[in-house]
Formats: sequence, C-alpha cells, structure tokens
Amino acid sequence: MRPEISLMALIVIVFLYDLIAEGKARRWMRPLTIILLGIHIAFNVLPQGAVSAFGGMYEATAATGVMKSILAFGTFIVFIQSGKWMSRPDTNFKEGEFYELILCTLLGMNMMMSSGHFLLFFLGLEMASIPMACLVALDKYRHKSAEASAKFILTAVFSSGIMLYGLTFIYGSTGTFYFEDCASKLTGTWMQIVGLVFFFSGLGFKISLVPFHFWTADTYQGAPTVVSGYLSVISKGAAAFTLMVILMKVFAPMVLYWQYVLYAVIVLSITIANLFAIRQHDLKRFMAFSSISQAGYIMLAIVGVGGTSAVLSMTSLMYYVLIYIVANLAVFGIISTVEENNNGEVSMDAYNGFYQNNPKLSFIMTLALFSLGGIPPFAGFFSKFFVFESAFSAGKIFYPLVLIALINTVISLYYYLLIVKAMYIMPNDKPLPTFKSDCGTKLSLVICTVGIVLFGLVSYVYEWVFSAV
Amino acid sequence: MNILSLFVVIPVVMLLCLWLAKNLNQVRGVMVAGASCLLALAIYLTIDFISFRHVNPDALYGSYSIMWFKPLNIAYAIGVDGVSVVMLLLSAIIVFTGTFASWQLKPLTKEYFLWFTLLSTGVFGFFISKDLFTMFLFYEVALIPMYLLIGVWGSGPKEYAAMKLTLMLMGGSAFLLLGILGIYFGSGAHTMDVFEIAKLHNIPMWMQRIFFPMTFLGFGVLGALFPFHTWSPDGHASAPTAVSMLHAGVLMKLGGYGCFRIAMYLMPDAARELSWIFLILTMISVVYGALSACVQTDLKYINAYSSVSHCGLVLFALLMMTRTSCTGAIIQMLSHGLMTALFFALIGMIYGRTHTRDIRKLGGLMKIMPFLGVGYVVAGLANLGLPGFSGFVAEMTIFVGSFANNDVFHRTATIIACTSIVITAVYILRVVGKILYQKVADPHYETLTDATWDERVAVCCLIFCVAGLGIAPLWVSNVISDSIGPLISVINP
Repeated sequence: MRPEISLMALIVIVFLYDLIAEGKARRWMRPLTIILLGIHIAFNVLPQGAVSAFGGMYEATAATGVMKSILAFGTFIVFIQSGKWMSRPDTNFKEGEFYELILCTLLGMNMMMSSGHFLLFFLGLEMASIPMACLVALDKYRHKSAEASAKFILTAVFSSGIMLYGLTFIYGSTGTFYFEDCASKLTGTWMQIVGLVFFFSGLGFKISLVPFHFWTADTYQGAPTVVSGYLSVISKGAAAFTLMVILMKVFAPMVLYWQYVLYAVIVLSITIANLFAIRQHDLKRFMAFSSISQAGYIMLAIVGVGGTSAVLSMTSLMYYVLIYIVANLAVFGIISTVEENNNGEVSMDAYNGFYQNNPKLSFIMTLALFSLGGIPPFAGFFSKFFVFESAFSAGKIFYPLVLIALINTVISLYYYLLIVKAMYIMPNDKPLPTFKSDCGTKLSLVICTVGIVLFGLVSYVYEWVFSAV
Repeated sequence: MNILSLFVVIPVVMLLCLWLAKNLNQVRGVMVAGASCLLALAIYLTIDFISFRHVNPDALYGSYSIMWFKPLNIAYAIGVDGVSVVMLLLSAIIVFTGTFASWQLKPLTKEYFLWFTLLSTGVFGFFISKDLFTMFLFYEVALIPMYLLIGVWGSGPKEYAAMKLTLMLMGGSAFLLLGILGIYFGSGAHTMDVFEIAKLHNIPMWMQRIFFPMTFLGFGVLGALFPFHTWSPDGHASAPTAVSMLHAGVLMKLGGYGCFRIAMYLMPDAARELSWIFLILTMISVVYGALSACVQTDLKYINAYSSVSHCGLVLFALLMMTRTSCTGAIIQMLSHGLMTALFFALIGMIYGRTHTRDIRKLGGLMKIMPFLGVGYVVAGLANLGLPGFSGFVAEMTIFVGSFANNDVFHRTATIIACTSIVITAVYILRVVGKILYQKVADPHYETLTDATWDERVAVCCLIFCVAGLGIAPLWVSNVISDSIGPLISVINP
C-alpha cells in the first residue's frame, strides 16, 4: 500500500496548499509539487514485497511496485515540462487543479494495477478516466479542447458501460468478482467468451487499440500538449499493464481465446494506425496515430505472456513502457515548447528547416524519433526487440504476427523519417526563430535524452525491471 | 582492453571529440587521427592474426564474451577469424581514404563526420561481433546514418534516393530480425553466440526452411540481390563521394558476410536444399547488373550497376559452397570494396571539377587531369579483371571454385556468370574511351586543375591496395582459406 498512501498524502498536501496559499506563496506551488513527487518516487523505488489487503481486494507485488515507480517517473517528467504552459495567464490560476487531477488519475491507475477484485479495478479505472476528461478540457477557452474533452468522456463512459456489461457475464457464470476465484471457475463457455471480449473492449479504449481508437486523434489534438503527452504514455502504460495482469491472472484458462483476440487487434492497430499516421499534417494528430501503433507493439508482449516465457514477456512490457515514456515525452516536450514559444504552432510544415535555428532541439527530436522507430543504439531498439522476442516465444502461430509487426516498423520508420526530413532536409525561407526553452523543459529533455541513450545500452535498467517480476 | 573492442571504442571516442570540436581544423584533426589509428590497428591486427593462426589454427582470435542482458542470453561477444580480419582491414582502409575524399565537403562538416563516424562504428562492430543480437545491433547502426548522409549532403533527387535506400534496407532487416529470432528459438533459446549455435546444429528442418530464406533475403537486400537491388543505383548516385565509397566498399559487404556467417553457416541443411533459388537470382544480378551498366550515361549509375553485378558475384560464389569458391567470394568482397571505393572517389573528384557526371558531356579529361585519368584507367582495368590487379584473382578463384561442382546446373550457372567478365570489359572500355581520350568536350574544361594533395593520398592509397592484392594475393588467400575451411565443412560436408 506504500505508493498509494504516499500518493494520497501528496494529493492532500497539494490540495491544501492550493486552498491556503495566496499571493506570493502561490509561486511555490510548482516546486513544492515536483519536489514532493520526487520524494514519492524515491520513497517507492525501493523494492517492495508482496502485499495483500482488504481481504484480497488489493494485491501488490514487486512487479506492480516497479510499474508504479515507472509511471510516477513519467508523471514527474510531465510536471517539469508543464512550466511554460502553466505560466500562461489563461491557465495560471488552474495550476493547482492540474497537479491534483493528474495525481488523482495516477492514484486511480495505481489502484487499477494492483487490484485483486473487479470492483476495485473498476473504481481505479474510473478514477483514472474521469479526472482525465477535466484535464483534456483544461484549455477551455480553446474550442478544440472542449470538443476533445466531450469526445473523450463520451467514449470513456460508453466503453465503461460495455465493460461493466461484460463483467456481469463473468459474474453470472462464476459467481465471484475475486480474481483468484474467477480464474478457478472459468472454463471458456460462450458466456465467458462474451464477457472476455466486452471486458477487453473497455481496456482497449484506454489503451486506444483499433477498433476502439476513434477518440484518440481528436483528443490528442485538442488537449493541451502536456496532457496529450500524459495520455499517450502514462495512461496507456497503466492500462496495458492492467490488461496483462488480468489476462494472466483471471483469464489464464482461456488463454487461446484472448491470444486470438489480441492477434487480430494487434494487426489492425499497428497497420491502420501506421497508414493513417502517414497522412497527418498536424504533429499532435500524428503522434496520436503513432501512439496507437505503439500500443499495438505493447500488446505483442501480452501475447507472449500466454506462452512459455511469461516472466520475460512481463518484463519486456514494463521495459517497453519505460522506454516509450522517455522517447514519447521527449517528442511531446519539444512539440510543447515549440507550441508555447511560437503562438501555438503544431503543424509539421512549421518544422521545415528547424535545424537551422534550433539544432539542439532538432537533434533531441531526431534521437527520440529514432528511438520510437526502433533504431539502435537507442533504447527503442532494445524494447522493440524484446517484445518481438516475447511474441515469438508464444508459438509458431505467432510468427506471421511478428512478421507483420516487423514490416510495420518499416512503415513507421517512414513517417518518423518524414519529420527528420522536414527538420534537416526541407528548405524553408523562414524557419522558426531560435528560442530559449524554460529550464523545466530543458531538464526534462535532458532526462529523456539520457534515458533514450542509456536505458538500452546499460542493461541494469532491464535487470532492475526483471528482478522485480 | 581487448584489442577488438578498440575498433568500437575508437570511433566512439571520435564521436565525442567531434561533438566537442570547435572549428573545421579540429574536426579534420580528429578524423585523420582517428582514421589513422583505426588503420594502424587493423594492420597490426592482421599481422598479429597471421602469427596467431600459426599457433592455434582453429581458435578465434581475441575471443571475449560478457553477458549483457542475462535473462535473454544476450552477450557482448566478440572474436574474429580470417574472414572478419580482412573485412576489418578493408573497412579501415576505406574509412581512412573516405576521410580524405571528403576533405573539402561543405556545409555542416562537423555533422557530416559525426554521422560518417557513427556509420563506421556500426561497420566495425558488425565485423568483430559473434553474438546474433550484437551483430544485428551494429548492422542497423550502420544503416540508419545513410539516410541523413544522403538526404542532407547528397545531390540530385536526394530525398527520394535516401528514403528509398533506407526503407528497402530496413525492410530487409525486418526479415533479418525474424530470421535471428527463428535461429535463436530454433536452437533451443540458450545462446545467441553464432559459433555455439553452429556447434549445437539442432535447428529443426522445418524452421530452417522458413528462416533460411528470410535471413538470406534480409542480408541479400544489402548485398544487392536481384530483384531487391533497386536502392543501390539511386542511393549511390545521390550520395556524396565518401558515403558512396563507404557504402559500396564496405556496407554492401555486410550483406555477403552476413549471408555466409549467419544464414548459411547456421542453417546449412536448408542452405543446401534451397541454394538453387538464390543461385538463379544471383546469376540474374551478375549478368543483368553488368548489362544495365552498359546503357547508363551517368558515371555513378554505371558504377552502381557494376557493383550490383560484382556483389551478385559474391553471393553467387558463396552459394556454390566449395572451399575455393567461398575463398574467392571473400577475396572478391575485398577486391570489389577497394576498386569501387577508388571508382567512386575518382568520380567524386571529377564531378567536383566538371559538375557533371554525364558521359556524353565529358571527354578528353586525360590531358587536363592526368593523375585522375590514370587513376580511372587503373580502376577500370582492375574492375574488368586484368591480371595483376585484385579483380583477376578474385574472379579467377570464384569461377574455378564454382566449376568444381560437377553437376550440370552449377556448371551452366558458372558459364553464364562468366559472361559478365566480357560485358564488364565492354562498359569499362566504353567509358574510359569516351571520357578520357576523345576531344575535350567543353572548352571550359581546359581551365580545370589536377588532383590536390588530399585527393592524391586517397587515390594512391587505394591503387596501392588494389595492385598489392593483385600482385601478392597468396597471403590474403591463405588467411581467408584457412578460416573458410571449418565453415565450409559445416555448410557442405
């Protein structure tokens, strides 16, 4: 329970400070939150034993502990990136809300990941979804932000409904909501299959897999860039991890069914998202489709969980999420700083000739895109290799799946290279002027760059994740 | 530190120094110092390897292994045999001469050399490693800098060429990755060490049948295997001089080396069974590449198609699977690497002066720039296999070795491939006669100057190697043949 308790304390402190502080004291809001979150991470990064509470409703293991640390680390990066956006006059007075809402969703995700009962799982899921809708709408004076939020909340509620409906099927056929009891009673009757599929669609929405992805592009585009970044990695990572845990713990007897469901979903997600991404001109929409296809790659690791090397597959999923966090947040950090310094410029054409005036930013962007595309020696290569390996280990029926995914990495490389091409090769008479990012963004980009370069080459990171699983 | 690791460490140190370099002179200083170190190291390695070989005929030189990702059995494992040693020597020579060939490159010289050095890191790393994962990692490290090197510093339709080259090669490596996973799991998922897997020799036949073609194709794309060679002419034509040199001279050799060391060596049963398919494809590469070169008018296109033909010959010889032919294949890699680098260097130098590569607009250059002209003739003669140059030794060994297979199919294939020698002579002599000896095509050319000192260094160095290999081939041939022995006894017992 340690991460949840300390996170809860953090939320209360930030909330009270937001309530009490006035005038000059408000300036300390941001450093305080960031430092407290840092302490929270430091406090929880130490290995934790297995804990079971509330009669088995809450079950934490060392693996969930590591995953929570990874997500808190990502949130930390998001917070330090948000400085420039938060200091705008139309958002400044909402600073406290931003931190509280994000921390609330993080708490929800923590609950969701270490649930041992469908009820707690559902509460966690909702706690992670509903504040998210407020976050998406935080730029409420922008028309698109409100639209994005409406789209998000409607789809969220709809998919929650479907999932609950699916859970009633599970309950109906097993008579229990506890994961362990469920697992012992599942046999694969039609009722349970319907339950599985409906349940899957609920989480599929959170992970934004095809065919539950329709909200993604509009929401990412409309939401404040920092929130899009948060949505694309933290929220997605938590949901993917939860899906893996539940499929492994609860639906283990039905492994063949969900592996085939995943098979279809992965092929669709990766291919469709890649084909759409090629056509985008708005960088945030582009990253939305890129994140859908990345979600497909994360699912490859879950396929492997049903195979012979469950431990390796779990590790590769968590490792993938970690690498994805640093690479994707680097991209979103750059998009955000370019947007804030150039009157909301997010179109891809604006990046033509970006290298001329901002060589450092374009260099980091290149590294991050290479990492997303899976180019060595950057970390993305390692994480991609490991998920392919885990899907491959699931059996020969999945060889074609790996092949399709691999061919799709080439397509994805094409569109990542389009941005690299824009920055370095495309001529532009009036490239974006040189600008100075604020020190928070700089720090976050440094952290991300170090992560992109070292998390792969230095195998301790992988072994740290592995040791917990 | 292990001497082999230095081949990766030196380029990485160079990368750091380049990053810190403040002005052009420092950049050049770093590059010359680093490239010379690498060349010296490679020469030392070759000499040391030859004496080591006398003592331990069967051991790997400088074998070293440290676990990297323990749960996945991924190790940083290095070790070289004769084949890798000559490839390292080749790479060091090309990197050294490539540095001089891009001496006057502008703009963004620093960034150019950064990517150039990253590319060479990948090349060296690939040749020293013996772990599947590490090999694949370095392989891809060598591929991706090409995109920016061509895209930013290239000429002509550079964006198109860069994207085409990158995507085709990456497509190849997608198949390759699947092949590597297949090998790893097929052999029982205990190790990624190439030699350990070969010793186990337990990949089931059905897996070999699936994954041998994939691996071979994956590497074959880089080795310009027909019909996946189309990136090569466009890419080479658009790339800046030194990049063409490095790419045709070394990078394409990664393909042949990988086909042999990974695809054929680890899955020998499928290789024997399926070699005929690839043999037909390489035969087409050899003849079709040469024929295409005859009708091109751009100097770089001619040379690129010639590379397709010669690299096809490498794969062709490997698939013949006799000891002599495989030795010939490796010598051909060496010889083609040097020759083609010389060619591209000279073309770059000529283009830098005349600003055209169209042979219809060139003529009479021999009078104006005798040094470059003679260099071009030497390169041409080496390319068409004149005795005394490396090309002759390589092709001779290949065809003798191939003809040793005593069945009709292999012998017919050999005879067909032999015709490429004649066709090569046609296009080489046509170009030499056209651009060097006729009337001066443009009066403006009279004012041009001959090679500068940095260009002379690059050209002399390469001519020396080409001629040296042609005059005294035995020592190289012995080094290679000794190491080919154990490999070929696995592939074709």
